[in-house]
Amino acid sequence: MDQQITVLYFAWIKSELGKTSDQITLPASVGDVAGLVSLLAKKGSPYAEVFARRDKIWVAINQNRAEWAQPLHAGDEVAFFPPVTGG
Amino acid sequence: MARVQAEMFDVGAEFAAFTHGRSDLGGVVSFVGLTRDFSGDATVHKLELEHYPGMTERQLNDIERQAVTQFTLQAAKIIHRYGILLPSEAIVLVMAAAPHRAAAFEGCWFMIDWLKTKAPFWKREHRSDGSFWLEAKASDDLAAARWARG
Repeated sequence: MDQQITVLYFAWIKSELGKTSDQITLPASVGDVAGLVSLLAKKGSPYAEVFARRDKIWVAINQNRAEWAQPLHAGDEVAFFPPVTGG
Repeated sequence: MARVQAEMFDVGAEFAAFTHGRSDLGGVVSFVGLTRDFSGDATVHKLELEHYPGMTERQLNDIERQAVTQFTLQAAKIIHRYGILLPSEAIVLVMAAAPHRAAAFEGCWFMIDWLKTKAPFWKREHRSDGSFWLEAKASDDLAAARWARG
């Protein structure tokens, strides 16, 4: 069954994509963060360029830091952002 | 409880509120981070701080709790700003109270090191030569790693 998730973008990722969020319907074949990233990269420019730099991108699921292999579920809030620079 | 806000804060008033009604505290160590007007050779006109509402508060509260546990603090407080900050304005205030100074110093140092690598804030400098998102520094990772228990 297709799963609806919310994807948030911050800092330079938000700037380059020109948006703060997307609502994404995950096909049954996509089950984890890495799969979501591949799906987003296939949307073409500017997604492809942004997600080509995935070594500079962190991910959080439901506001907790996560790994690329972490599974996704319907209703999840997934956020992509660069390493943090506060303080 | 940590606080995230756009408005400026008054360090004296925050210290007074932090210690109000407490006659059991041995000492408080505080750190105030400020906005600089330079970055390398460039002049910084303003600093923009973005954050992830919700996750930020959760992470800062976790850091406070961990500091209290790890250094046996009597109280801990983090106040962090977001939005547009001008040079010389305060960005962050960290306070640690403990029965004795060593724990207060260590607890404060731990919190500022930890939040620099864990709390979802991002700085963008608006400079004489353009606007730039700052990159995370390896030295901040090393500073945080120093506190890991193991």
